[in-house]
Amino acid sequence: MTGKGKRERENVLLEIRDLHATVEGREILKGVDLVVHTGEVHAIMGPNGSGKSTLAQVLAGHPGYTVTAGSALYEGKDLLAMTPEVRAREGVFLAFQYPVAIRGITNAYFLRFAVNAIRKHRGEEELGPVEFMDALEEKLKVIGWDDSYLNRPVNDGFSGGEKKRNEILQLAVLEPKLAILDETDSGLDIDALKTVAQTVEKLRRPHNATVIVTHYYRILTHIQPDVVHVLSAGRIVKSGGKELAVELEEKGYDWIREVA
Amino acid sequence: MSSGIEAQVLQPYKYGFVTDIESDVVPPGLSEDVIRLISTKKGEPEWMLEWRLKAYRHWLKMPEPHWSNVTYGPIDYQAISYYAAPKQRPKLESLDQVDPKLIETFEKLGIPIEERKRLAGVAVDAVFDSVSVATTFRETLARQGIIFCAISEAIREHPDLVRKYLGSVVPHNDNFFAALNSAVFTDGSFAYIPKGVRCPLELSTYFRINASSTGQFERTLIVAEEGSHVSYLEGCSAPVRDENQLHAAVVELVALDDATIKYSTIQNWYPGDEEGRGGIFNFVTKRGACRGRNSKISWTQVETGSAITWKYPGCILQGDNSIGEFYSVAVTNQRQQADTGTKMIHMGKNTRSTIVSKGISAGRGQNTYRGLVKILKGAEHARNYSQCDSMLIGDKCGAHTFPYIDVRNSTAIMEHEASTSKIGEDQIFYAKQRGLSAEDAVSMIVNGFCKEVFKELPMEFAVEAQRLLGISLEGSVG
Repeated sequence: MTGKGKRERENVLLEIRDLHATVEGREILKGVDLVVHTGEVHAIMGPNGSGKSTLAQVLAGHPGYTVTAGSALYEGKDLLAMTPEVRAREGVFLAFQYPVAIRGITNAYFLRFAVNAIRKHRGEEELGPVEFMDALEEKLKVIGWDDSYLNRPVNDGFSGGEKKRNEILQLAVLEPKLAILDETDSGLDIDALKTVAQTVEKLRRPHNATVIVTHYYRILTHIQPDVVHVLSAGRIVKSGGKELAVELEEKGYDWIREVA
Repeated sequence: MSSGIEAQVLQPYKYGFVTDIESDVVPPGLSEDVIRLISTKKGEPEWMLEWRLKAYRHWLKMPEPHWSNVTYGPIDYQAISYYAAPKQRPKLESLDQVDPKLIETFEKLGIPIEERKRLAGVAVDAVFDSVSVATTFRETLARQGIIFCAISEAIREHPDLVRKYLGSVVPHNDNFFAALNSAVFTDGSFAYIPKGVRCPLELSTYFRINASSTGQFERTLIVAEEGSHVSYLEGCSAPVRDENQLHAAVVELVALDDATIKYSTIQNWYPGDEEGRGGIFNFVTKRGACRGRNSKISWTQVETGSAITWKYPGCILQGDNSIGEFYSVAVTNQRQQADTGTKMIHMGKNTRSTIVSKGISAGRGQNTYRGLVKILKGAEHARNYSQCDSMLIGDKCGAHTFPYIDVRNSTAIMEHEASTSKIGEDQIFYAKQRGLSAEDAVSMIVNGFCKEVFKELPMEFAVEAQRLLGISLEGSVG
């Protein structure tokens, strides 16, 4: 399925089978199959309208999408039966294509709120503002970012690129097991793209996995994907190694459509 | 459960209990005799009674106003009892004599009045139905010449001061509800800050309606002498009842040269149930006079309760360089209606006013901002900045804005900004995707929206206001 060799069953983080989903009655996903193991980075590429963002949104549980058939198991549990907030607390993170602004609430406050929601879910003690800031400083050091974002209101008045960077900051702080990056690369200039990609690369651990949804090859020059998939007309029509991405970059998507 | 944003069953009102206490209640009805009876019960001097009767006679000739953007059935003024007091009124000098049930009631409301449990830094006047039952920290304040007591007591003990200022900002015939209040007001607080004194404590009054079929008509008067400074806060709540209860208060503030009065309100009267049964009619006249040069009056209100709110705390900026401020958060959920805002009347030179209003509507709530900024002819170089933001939660509520601007001096600078936003599914989803519950997400988004107002509240109460906002919007999102 993934083109990657057979793995131990317990290493499977996400297992999607024959997933169908509609938005406003229109079927967008028409039988997606995908298996992601821990430690892997997957890239899902495909032309506009192929269903890439829909897949990302469905996995996060956006209420605007309806799953009509199929299944998605996350750590062996029924992901689709969980509310969006429980998915998040269980370690599923979506970096939004269009991050939302929240006026009057600083990033630092929002992050602490999110971290504590997750900690509470795990039965861990919630962090006070001071403890949290200490932990946050550490985290920022690791990814080499300064704290200029922390006291600004969440995405309010941010440029497109800043919003994307801010998503990656949240990713770094929340340390999810499964990170889904929905076109995080779009709207970033070369330098920002590099920073974002390097941060994602730094956050790679044996126990987590990343799914990068993208239209373009260029982010993959900074992140090494284990598997590249091509999504076309609501189905994964081809999977391969990094060379598949190179091929797509050269030939475009039309030949895939023909193959499909 | 639907995934959309819609009104859902609300958490019950958390302050809706009734205290079982024997009350001395005057039978329903309003007449000169009832007013004489109230005046007698309060042990008032003759001039006070005359003032009440003058107001009453004027009130009889006034029509009930209906220009506000709210709807309600007719009010039967003869069906209301105008005086209710717990029996055996305690002597204010000794808390030991206060009925334990009353102490317990205020404690349940988070207002401890017993010596050892008092809120640090806050002096409280606790008003239960028509009477003040206790005022804390009186001695501490008295040492600096500050008077803080029930207004009925002030009328007896400090008649010259009361007579000088009562009705000087809100005259007895100002409007229908103010006239009614002037005729029948029962209790409320009086604060007097002498020249040059900075009040060391937050002054606070907590109003509790307990008896049924009664109205509460409190009257508050705060006078800040030259160069003095005071911060005052009022809170209120009432039991859950199917009937509507009338609360028609009057608040008058007077700031002399270089004086500052900061007046904060956290209003949490019973709002009625989801069908709109019961709840308080909160028809209130609040006005401050910046009489002196460089004086300042700042109103901050967080209005989460009441079936209907009708109030426009305003400032009359008489003194040159005086400053008026109005910061407001008004929440309407279920079938609550609010028509609230402010009046800034610029008379003196270089007077400045700031208005920041945040209206939040959920359920079938209707929220109206109504404000008047008036620059009179002599108000050279007056400035006003107004900002009115509305937030809608769900699709059955409404937000309305009526800003009136009347400028008669060409040197004035006026700025007005307004916005309307809707808590979107995308905003909620974003927060949920980071692990927050829907309730926490709404509460956070709304608190962020109100931040500019909350930061004006005294520290001790900002947290309470945020919590209250969370409670009053609980269940408003699916």
